[in-house]
Parts: sequence; structure tokens; C-alpha cells
Amino acid sequence: MKLTVQDLNSHYGPAHILFDIGFEVGEGEVVALLGRNGAGKSTTFRSIVGLVAQRTGRITFEGKDVSARPTHEIVREGLGYVPEERRIFTDLTVEENLEVGRQPKRPNAPYWTREKLFTLFPNLGEMKGRPGGRMSGGEQQMLTIARTLMGNPSLVLLDEPSEGLSPKIVEQMVDAILTMKKEGVSIVVSEQNLHFARLISDRAYIIERGRICFGGTMAELDARPDIRDAHLSL
Amino acid sequence: MAFYVVQFLTGLASAASLFLVASGLSIIFGVTRIVNFAHGAFYMIGAYIAFTLTERFSGAFGFWGGVVVAALAVALIGVLVEMVLLRRIYHAPELFQLLGTFGLTLMVEDLVVLIWGPDDLVGRRAPGFKGAVDFFGQNIPSYDLFLIALGPVVLGVLWLLFQRTRWGVLVRAATQDRDMVAALGVNQKWLFTSVFAVGVFLAALGGALQIPRDAVHHAMDLRIIVEVFVVVVIGGLGSIVGAFVAAVLVSELNAFGILIFPKISIILVFLVMAVVLIVRPWGLFGKPEAAARKTPGLTVNPWRPLTSNERLAALAALVIAATLPLFAGNYALTVGSEIAIFVIFAVSLHFLMSVGGLASFGHAAYFGLGAYGVAFLAKMAGLPMIVCLLLGPLLGCMGAAVFGFFAVQLSGVYFAMLTLAFAQIVWSIAFQWVSVTGGDNGILGVWPASWAASPSHFYWLALGVAALVTVTLRIMVFSPFGYALRATRDSLLRSEAVGINAKRIQWTAFVIAGTTAGIGGALFAYLKGSVFPDNLGISLSVDALVMVLLGGVETVSGGVIGAIVYKALNIWLVSQTDLSKLVLGGFIVLIVVVFPKGIVGMLEMLAQRRRKSSPPGSSLLAKPIESAE
Ligand SMILES: Nc1ncnc2c1ncn2[C@@H]1O[C@H](COP(=O)(O)OP(=O)(O)OP(=O)(O)O)[C@@H](O)[C@H]1O
Ligand SMILES: [Mg+2]
Repeated sequence: MKLTVQDLNSHYGPAHILFDIGFEVGEGEVVALLGRNGAGKSTTFRSIVGLVAQRTGRITFEGKDVSARPTHEIVREGLGYVPEERRIFTDLTVEENLEVGRQPKRPNAPYWTREKLFTLFPNLGEMKGRPGGRMSGGEQQMLTIARTLMGNPSLVLLDEPSEGLSPKIVEQMVDAILTMKKEGVSIVVSEQNLHFARLISDRAYIIERGRICFGGTMAELDARPDIRDAHLSL
Repeated sequence: MAFYVVQFLTGLASAASLFLVASGLSIIFGVTRIVNFAHGAFYMIGAYIAFTLTERFSGAFGFWGGVVVAALAVALIGVLVEMVLLRRIYHAPELFQLLGTFGLTLMVEDLVVLIWGPDDLVGRRAPGFKGAVDFFGQNIPSYDLFLIALGPVVLGVLWLLFQRTRWGVLVRAATQDRDMVAALGVNQKWLFTSVFAVGVFLAALGGALQIPRDAVHHAMDLRIIVEVFVVVVIGGLGSIVGAFVAAVLVSELNAFGILIFPKISIILVFLVMAVVLIVRPWGLFGKPEAAARKTPGLTVNPWRPLTSNERLAALAALVIAATLPLFAGNYALTVGSEIAIFVIFAVSLHFLMSVGGLASFGHAAYFGLGAYGVAFLAKMAGLPMIVCLLLGPLLGCMGAAVFGFFAVQLSGVYFAMLTLAFAQIVWSIAFQWVSVTGGDNGILGVWPASWAASPSHFYWLALGVAALVTVTLRIMVFSPFGYALRATRDSLLRSEAVGINAKRIQWTAFVIAGTTAGIGGALFAYLKGSVFPDNLGISLSVDALVMVLLGGVETVSGGVIGAIVYKALNIWLVSQTDLSKLVLGGFIVLIVVVFPKGIVGMLEMLAQRRRKSSPPGSSLLAKPIESAE
């Protein structure tokens, strides 16, 4: 297994948000984490990379227990994280944003150069010197993904990459994610949009109020419209 | 004409060091969000070490090498400080960060005297820059020309560093979003440490480069830090270009202010700062969102008025205190009066901090103004004591009204820096305007009228006023005004949305606190029989802060307890040791490190832990995972 999450519990202050979350991601797999607004998708991702202070549980990445490690060490193991809300550095140019994400080459993961990323996201190549603050939402979303890929991760946590994007950009995004997969990057993608998830994922988990309530292949999910309708707003 | 040009060049030369120190402060703040009060101390140590090195090793290499080595050595000290102290307080409320680094400053002040002695040290001239250049009959030291050239060079180097290196890119990214930088695999700890080292290096270099121009002495830290605060407030915290422009501006204002107001040149700087604050509260080159950061960490329990039992207990305590003259001697009564006066002072600041969320670092200004008000009325107008006591605090009130108006435009660390700068300006006026204030010699012979002259009578007077003030402020806390003020503290935006004029409310609170402090100062003048510039000095302001923190910011009457404990301890300490600053500074640092969430926060945490551990299995963190932050 590439990534295993067991018994993950997270709190924000007094509020208990995640309850015994557990899931797995295989080598080269794309797994969707589906759930409504506030279900706990982002909190799960933030907990995995160590950005939530109060969490317990066991997170194993490439066979190593990373649950007690600080964020930057987890990321340097090759576990990339693309946050929601496109937290790019607005004062920095596109190239500088990429520079922040740059990490050395990793033996077991595809190696991304600027040039390669500019072919993956042609829009970015046309605005190398532009400050992040003066880009459209779609361009910013591409930049956050490209920035994380600069770290040559072997697995990426993608938090709602399709949120607020136009259908045309979503299409580009699907292509980009499929390319990443083809290159050999394992991906966990959080989504509310089942149609988008279906285009890219091999398997899916559904999270509802901080609990995993379904796990299976996309075909298995399609065979259970009751679950789908109960936990996802379509 | 030539004279003015030379004056201008002198100003530019002074700007160089100011810029170095201010840019260092700005860089550190940008990434770590800590306003490093100890920056002036690093500047001072830089000067002292450079003095020693350049004395020891002569020649061009000895001098310039000594300057650079001194700056590097101080940067190393800075790294130690960052790793041992600052890393523990990055998540503490900013008030604690300011206070912790201030405690460090106090310690350094005593340490340099211990190592280098109390006398001014006059350093060597810089080899190659010993002479002067003749400019139409006026002399310009060639070293000044060197410094004038150095400023832009350093600006250029810093620009390259931040625009052209990976380190610079990471620093700029971290300035905007620290967590995201960590989430991209960058070790924040070392980034912070390196940033701190660079900032301290700049400060120390600024100090080391001053030795051919100015004598090295143990008060140069406060002098520079106040100017630096003014510079970053004008230029915008976090902006290096802003630091450069503002450093030039402030230095020129100083250079020409001397010509216009020879005695109180600092007024000119104040006026310019006031204008900038009105037009651009976040500084000329700053960003508005950085200024919006409010004092966090004041998680306040619901407050309630005292129950009738507690009222009885407070009354009993007061009655017991009032019996002190029955068994205590004159010395104890004088100490008692002083403590009562500091209760007034601490309570006034506590009101501003706890209810208003405004941590003033210059509250002594209003205390001192009250004292000077009394002295003016008593000595110059010859008014009787009662009248002086009633009218004297009005000077504190007026000062608070003027400065408060500007100060409440800002919040958080900006507010703290500004109040400190204001207080230092008042101090400078008292110090420099000798014909009115007597300067360093103060105003002597402010004696109480015969009805209050005996220690016991004066004690009762002070105690009575202290009780009255405490009760009045408490009533105010639970008045509609108090609620409105708390609303502005908890959320400025929301309070304005419900129709509270937040700035007006905060300003009023500032004036109330200032006037109350002035009442304390008025009594203090009579207690001591004299007034000195120290009565409005920084160390007094910090005393007040420590009292409030000791008592607990998050309580309604913490100021009372804090003042009694701290003042008694302080009086005892001063009688025991010559190194009171070292001990006091160490004490402050200890408070900050041991109770990074505040004493009350610590107690709350303990209480919570006890509550949590009682039901089995409810333990929240069976296997706690350390946060990366
Ligand atoms: N910083 C925080 N402090 C307190 N509670 C939080 C915080 N962030 C999220 N929450 C709460 O945690 C729960 C899960 O939030 P989370 O952001 O993980 O949901 P999500 O599934 O990502 O939702 P969305 O689809 O809207 O992004 C929500 O109830 C939210 O209100
Ligand atoms: Mg989310």
C-alpha cells in the first residue's frame, strides 16, 4: 500500500471533527474522497500532512509511520499536498511559486521540471513572470498543482481541484490529473462532484460528518444509488 | 546654502544605521510576526563588540574586519536567542513576544555595564575615512560620505538577496503564508532562524558602524529602538524600501528639526508620523492587511460583577489595609503609599488591556504627565494641594487625548510600537526642554499640604484614591460603555456592524486610562516631593505591563493583585542587588517562557487537564501527535 490511514481522529479545539477515519491508497491508484460541504474532507487531508495540531491515529506512507512527523518532513517523504482555496503566494510570480515547491529528484517518483509542467499546463507557460495575485481562479488552481508537483511527490492529496472552475477548465484539469496518473503518481482527490470524480478515479470513499461510510470501486458505488443519494448532493 | 547641504548630508549619514536596524526588524517581523524589541539591544552589543575588536586589532583589516566579525558574532548570539527563547513563544500572544524580547533588552543593559563598565566609550576612527571633505567652507567628515553610500548599497544587496536567491523567495513566501511553505516541504524552523540571524546581523552592523561617529554607551538601545519603531510605523512594517525611505525621512527631520526647534526637535518627527498615520495607517509602503492583526490570546472567560460575599471580602481587605498606620513605621507607610499609587497605575493600564484589548507600551507617559501637571501647578502657579491633585491629572488626560487619537487608529503590535514611541517623545520633551521641565534635574520641592504631610495621612489618602479608582473602573467595565468596549476588542468589524463607533469608544477608553494613570502620577509627585523624566520613562511603562500580566490580563481586577505583588517584590529587589535590571529581565523572560499562554491561560489549562483526566477513556489524545507548527 502507498498510503494507509487508520483510526484517524481530529479535533479543532473542543470540537471532535474526524472519527476513526481509515482508508488505503494503492500504488498508482486514484482514489476519490467524496462528501458534502463540511463532511471533513479537508480536515482529513490536513491531518495527514500534520497541519492539524490535535490528531491521533496511524498514518503509514510507503511503509513508514509518519504520524508523529512535522509537516515539512512528511512532505519531503514524497507526500504532496494541494490545499483547497488555491493558497498560492500572490506576491510571488508563477516561477517563484514553483521555486518554493521545488525539491530534489526522488528515485521512486516522476521528476517534474518547469518545462514539463508548462506543457502539462500551457496557460502557466505564458505567464511565467506574472504575480500570482493577478491570475484567474483556474490558472491559480493549475499553479497550486504545478507547485506541489515541483516537489516530485509519489502521492498527491488534491483537495477539491474542480471547485469553482468553468467546464472548460475542468476538462483541462481532468487531462492533467490523468497525465499525472499515467506518469505514476498516486492520487487522493477530495470531491463533491461525483461526475468529475468518476472521470478520474479507480475507487471511492464517502465521508459523512467525519466518518467513512462507504468504500469501494466506482462500479460498486454506482450499484448502490441509495448510498450515493444519502451522502452526496448531486 | 552650503550649511544646509551639509546638514542634509549629515542626516543622510545618520539614516544609514537607522535603515540597517529598521530593515532587520522589518525582515524578522515579516516572517516570524515577532516585533523584536531586543533589536536595539543587538545594535548595542554590535557596537560594544566592535569597539573591543577594533581597539584590540589595529589597521584597516583590524577595523573593517572587527566591524564585520562583531556583526557576525552578534548574529550568532541572535541564533541562540531564537532557538532558546523565540521558538517557544512563536505561538504566544504578541504581547508576550514583545515583553519577552523586552526582558532580554533589560538583561543586556545590565550585562554590557557589567562587561564594559558604565562609562561612554569613544571608538577609533575608520582607517581611510579619518579626514573631512571641504564643501564651500563647511566640513563633511569623509566617514559620513561612506555611510551615505553604504545605505543604498545595502538596500541593493538586500533586494538581490530577496529577489534573486531561493532563500529570498522562501522568505517572501513565508511572509505571506507560513503553513503553506511548510506544506511544500520547507523546514520553517531553520527558515525562521536564518531570517532572525540576518535581521540581527543588520542591527549589529548598524551598531558597529556607529562607533567612529558616536560614543558607545549602555542606553543606546532604547534610543535606537524608539527611532526604529517610528521608522517602521512610517515606512510600513515588513517593507524594506519603506524602511529605507522612512529612515532617510526621520533622519532628515532630526537634522533640520534641530534648526527649527532646537530644544524639542523630536516634535517634528512626531508631526510627520501623525500625518502618515492619518493618511496611511499601515505606513507608506506597508500593506493594510498586516496592520489588521489584533492582539490575540485574550480568550476571556465571561466576567461577572462580584457577588455580595466577594464584595464583603474586598471591603474587609481594604479595612485591614487601612489599619496599617496603627502598627507600621514610616518607611512601611511610604512603601504602602507607593504600592497604592501603583495599584492605580496598574489598574488603569489593565482596564485598557483587558477590556479594550489595547496593550499600551507607553502608559507611563500619562502617569508622568499627571506628575508634571501637579509640579507645574504647585511650583509655578503655587496652587494648593487639593486643586493640584484635581487639575494635575488633566495633563495626563490631554496627553492621552492627543496621542490616543492616533494610537487607536492602529491595533496589535502597531498600537504597542506607537504608544511606546509617543511615550518616548514625551520623555524627550521632559528631558530636553530644560527651561520648563528642569530637564534631568527635574522639578523639586513638590511637598504635600500639612493635612497630608504625615506618612499615615498620605497613606490613607493614596489608599482611598486607589480604592475609589478601582471601584469606578469596575463599575465602568460592567456599564454599557464597558460592554461596547469589549465588543470592539472581540471583533472590530462586528462591533461596527452593530453600530458601535469603535474608534471613538477605544479613544474614550484610552483617555480614561490615561487620566487615571495621571491621578496616580499626581499622587506620586507628592509622595516623592519631586518629578523627573524617569516618571514617564519606558521602564515604568514596562513595570505596568508586568504588573498587569502577573495579575492576569483576563481577569477584571488582576491589576490590583499584580501591582501589590510586583511592587513589593521590586522594592525589595532593588534594595538587595545592583543588577536589578538583569534580575527583572530574567524574571520577565521566565514568565514568558514558562507561561507562554499567560498565567491565567496556564491555570485554565491545568484546570482543563484535571477535568479531562477524570472520566476514564475520555482522554482526548491517547497518542498525541505533535503539530508541525
Ligand atoms: N479551523 C477550524 N476550526 C474549527 N472548526 C473547523 C475548522 N475547519 C473546519 N472546521 C469544521 O470541521 C468540519 C469539517 O470541515 P472540512 O473543511 O474538513 O470539510 P470539507 O469536507 O472539506 O468541506 P468543504 O467541501 O466545504 O470544503 C466542519 O464542520 C467545519 O465547520
Ligand atoms: Mg474542504
